[in-house]
Amino acid sequence: MDNEPQFFETNAAPGVVGQPLSRVDGWAKVTGQARYSAEYNQLPGLVHAVLKTSDVAKGRVTSIDTSAAQRQPGVLAIFTHENLPKLAKTPNNPDDRKAFASSPMSFFPMASDQVHYAGQPVAMVVADTLEHAQYAATLLKVNIAAEVPVSSYLDPKATSYVPKNVKGTAGVTKRGDAQAAFRSAPVQLTATYHHATNHHNPMEPGATTAHWEAPDRLTVYDTTQGVSETQKTLAAMLGLATEQVRVVTKYLGGGFGCKAWVWPHVVLAPLAAKAVGRPVKLVLTRPQQFTGMGHREEQEQTLRLGATKEGKLLGIVHEKTSTTSPWDDYAETNSRIINMLYALPAFESTYHLAKASVMTSTSTRAPGDMPGSFAIECSMDDLAYQLGLDPIQVRLLNYAEKDATNGHPWSSKSLKQCYARGAELFGWSKRNPKNGQTRQGKLLVGYGMATASYPVHNSVGNARVRLYADGRAVVQAGATDLGTGTYTIITQVAADALGVPPENVRFELGDTILPTTQWSGGSTAAGRVSSSVYLAAQEVWQKLIKAAVMDKKSPLYGAKAADVVMEKGRLQLKADPGKGEAFGEVMKRASLSDVEGTAQGRYGSVYKEPGATADANMNKEEKEAAAGYSMHAFGTHFCEVHVDPELGTVRVARWVSVMSAGRILNPKTARSQVIGGAIFGIGSALMEQTVRDPNLARYTNADLASYHVPVNADIPNMTVDFIDEHDPHVNAMGVKGIGEISIVGVTAAVANAVFHATGRRLRSLPMTPDKVLEALRQPA
Amino acid sequence: MNDFSYTQAASAKEATGRLKDQAQAAYIAGGTTLLDLMKANLQEHPQLVDINLLPFKGIEQTKDGLRIGALERMSVVGEHPLVVQAFPAISQSLLLAASPQLRNMASIGGNILQRTRCGYFRDAAFPCNKRVPGSGCPAQTGDNHNLAILGVSDSCIANSYPGDLSVALAAFDAVLTLENAKGKQRRVPLTEFYLLPGTTPQKETVLEPGELIVAVTIPTAAHTQRSTYLKVRERSSYAYALASAAVGLDVQAGTIRAARVALGGVGAQPWRSREAEQALVGQPATDATFRAAAAAALRGAQPREHNRYKVELAQNTLVRALQQVAAG
Ligand SMILES: Cc1cc2nc3c(=O)[nH]c(=O)nc-3n(C[C@H](O)[C@H](O)[C@H](O)COP(=O)(O)OP(=O)(O)OC[C@H]3O[C@@H](n4cnc5c(N)ncnc54)[C@H](O)[C@@H]3O)c2cc1C
Ligand code: SF4
Repeated sequence: MDNEPQFFETNAAPGVVGQPLSRVDGWAKVTGQARYSAEYNQLPGLVHAVLKTSDVAKGRVTSIDTSAAQRQPGVLAIFTHENLPKLAKTPNNPDDRKAFASSPMSFFPMASDQVHYAGQPVAMVVADTLEHAQYAATLLKVNIAAEVPVSSYLDPKATSYVPKNVKGTAGVTKRGDAQAAFRSAPVQLTATYHHATNHHNPMEPGATTAHWEAPDRLTVYDTTQGVSETQKTLAAMLGLATEQVRVVTKYLGGGFGCKAWVWPHVVLAPLAAKAVGRPVKLVLTRPQQFTGMGHREEQEQTLRLGATKEGKLLGIVHEKTSTTSPWDDYAETNSRIINMLYALPAFESTYHLAKASVMTSTSTRAPGDMPGSFAIECSMDDLAYQLGLDPIQVRLLNYAEKDATNGHPWSSKSLKQCYARGAELFGWSKRNPKNGQTRQGKLLVGYGMATASYPVHNSVGNARVRLYADGRAVVQAGATDLGTGTYTIITQVAADALGVPPENVRFELGDTILPTTQWSGGSTAAGRVSSSVYLAAQEVWQKLIKAAVMDKKSPLYGAKAADVVMEKGRLQLKADPGKGEAFGEVMKRASLSDVEGTAQGRYGSVYKEPGATADANMNKEEKEAAAGYSMHAFGTHFCEVHVDPELGTVRVARWVSVMSAGRILNPKTARSQVIGGAIFGIGSALMEQTVRDPNLARYTNADLASYHVPVNADIPNMTVDFIDEHDPHVNAMGVKGIGEISIVGVTAAVANAVFHATGRRLRSLPMTPDKVLEALRQPA
Repeated sequence: MNDFSYTQAASAKEATGRLKDQAQAAYIAGGTTLLDLMKANLQEHPQLVDINLLPFKGIEQTKDGLRIGALERMSVVGEHPLVVQAFPAISQSLLLAASPQLRNMASIGGNILQRTRCGYFRDAAFPCNKRVPGSGCPAQTGDNHNLAILGVSDSCIANSYPGDLSVALAAFDAVLTLENAKGKQRRVPLTEFYLLPGTTPQKETVLEPGELIVAVTIPTAAHTQRSTYLKVRERSSYAYALASAAVGLDVQAGTIRAARVALGGVGAQPWRSREAEQALVGQPATDATFRAAAAAALRGAQPREHNRYKVELAQNTLVRALQQVAAG
């Protein structure tokens, strides 16, 4: 198979799991050989599609004059709501939607004359070159009878309501009587937190290349975090059988949640390709990326926290208000983390939504937990200051020894060790307990910390391992590597499981012709795919051991299979390691060119549910008990900020993150995940915001010059450490995800440090200079 | 982007002579502003004349002061020893701008002619008086967080020039040398080069169609040597100024003999503040003086809902810049 990292040069010794192996796909990437979804330019007769999107946020298309565009050289087809081929099943129909594995919103544009948000596709031009298509698109005359839009939940025209459900969480949830607990609490804190709209902005925009290899055979090269989910959804929408669609994603230039779904352009490209009879490439422009693949919704949360005079939590009442689209009741579920993070006796949460002229917001790195952690972790900081406690102390005082939401014990939890290690690495003991005391020249210096946590989301998936007699191996799973290191860590896992050096392993992913596995999202891929590969390798050994003990010429002949083990590529007797032979010998004599194993890996509480393949030795009671664990990764962030009280600027001067997430497969790629998440969070804390015009409901800064993400100069040297954990319950490899937890708590750590520096609590993100100056005008 | 023809010219005469339609064609230097605008369909030009081969080069001391050719690159000028030593504020205004890649491409003439970053101007889907006269100015009641508070009008509140260099040039009495299609040269002080929006925000400078910027000359003085450019922005680099200040002081025995002050990020044009200078000259170089000067500079501010913070921020920025220069 082409376009895969080849067998590679490695820098790690045998026994590579847990070693800082450099990326196996690094060479392919830096030399430009790695082909991304918009780079399949060799497809025969490839042509280009360009979207024309709506200027206005609400209205009806009254006419689209395509005549000037039609006349342009190279133009092959122009689609509008009047001639777009009908979908077999459409997101616009609630019944149809049930067939989709991955549909982010209940609306498909260009199915009618309705315009519901600025940037909504209203037409698509297909031409022989990108330039021809782009230019022709500018000649389309789209007439829209504009109506007055609603810009957000803050718009006076907006009306809010409590939905029945948001993302599987009830609109109102109660555990105990939190209202009463708050009312009677000796210490009561009430605060409201604001969050600006954020966009994922992966470096690689959304891109789909669709190639109909036959009328009933479609191959799609797509920027997706889940090839299987995209395959099923596309098949349903296009009226094909699942296996008639192949989806390929060999490399992804970042996803952060926005590439977890089948957005309109993913469907439009194959529709266009079918109509013109040629492969079609459709790439979103950067401005289109802002209205093409969702966003993190703007929101506010009010948290009412009741505690004893000693600082023990009694109850929390949480309310969130946010903007959603005209069709979906979508909100990130912030309440989850607030509910579980501490030993909290009573909790109540209510979601309020307001429909506005925007597309549905979507999963964005650590959805819910990220903004939820801002509210709870700032409020915990307030509690610490109010009672004169150290912020770590107040957290230890409320340490959750078990999951308060269901009473289950944790499958593993090393948060105390994270606090201790983080404090030590950071030098927390040097912190002045009073805020607003430390100066460095004109700058105010502050220390802050916060807790991080992210749940283990159940997922399952298959893998195949093929070991060749010459000691090479090919490993396959239809997973995606978001650029995070999946290629690398799975290579390591396979190498150790097969007892071969990592450079002998080639891991293939990102294709629906490979064993099916779930999407890379919710921080599930490392745990699930590593487990399935590990278990598939076990199957290879079982086959080889069987062959050896039945082979008269083998030193292991006649041994019980259960007495034979694999050690560094050698089959040998457990009791007498000297007796055995290399697997290649067994295979040679048996004329086996290769041996294959397949397995299903399970991540989360499904791992040990009855029926799971792994750990077949467990008895029924053990299995049921195992499924009764609560599974989360935990961690902590510490930071030092410098605030300029006259210029309002906040700069992060030092950073320490300590994470406990089961077994760390590769400290180098894990570290990259943690610093990536922390930087993303620093962006949200200090600068990232997408602004929608309050009257026209259109973004005013949909480009990377004005949507500010941190630059290198904003980021100090970062210290990252891990507390290694042994977790026998979470999956066969004992791995917990590290992707999303790394952003959780980051905004709070920064805000807590700003509070320590200035004595002012900023509760509105991002903390830009205008807000810092405003806060400093208020009395401390 | 529309189709356009492209030609290179080797001399000013050739460049102006090649223009088929002076009002429609455009010169291209580094292209870092022009191509962005064309790709976003905000400017359409049927013809581009590449002026990079023109001899508008050189960074040298002349009897009138420091002369910089309009086609010198931002990075080259910013790092030039003469500029670093004798005109620190100019060097800083260049090196704190944009990114290294952009500075390597971008020319001095192009920098002076860059256009506003107002989000409404930069997106053809919005109405905007500057782009489409008479269509309206949604920024007045919309997202005006980054926009100007001095010299603004009900037609437009954009920082027509959002960048840095011209702020320093405005402070230090720079003079532009322009050459028109007839080969005639004229000299225009930078402070008279930009136009306030009034009711015609589409008219941004006094440059005539087809006219070229040849060079910029900055008189050398004690206050150019003792100068600084301070830029406040939302991230540490690669962002436009929320507020900035170019200042130069000549302080003798604790008393300010001469002062130059211009503000960026807050004016409809690079904002030379003679009010601030008046408040400084003859006064002791103290914080009280600096604060009085800052107050004088912002006296005429007309903030809108989301840029009110700039009144305070610009004053603090100016005070800090003055403190830094006074401290040597
Ligand atoms: C992402 C980004 C960030 C930026 N950040 C900053 C910043 O922080 N601070 C800052 O100051 N600037 C910033 N800039 C602006 C940058 O400095 C300008 O784009 C650059 O200086 C323009 O120079 P150029 O040679 O590329 O101009 P071009 O794009 O070639 O030309 C710009 C305009 O000037 C005209 N022109 C050019 N030269 C002449 C001449 N000699 N005579 C007559 N007309 C001429 C052209 O016709 C055109 O209309 C940024 C730009 C970008 C894209
Ligand atoms: S401020 Fe000026 S540039 Fe911005 S929208 Fe108004 S008229 Fe246009």
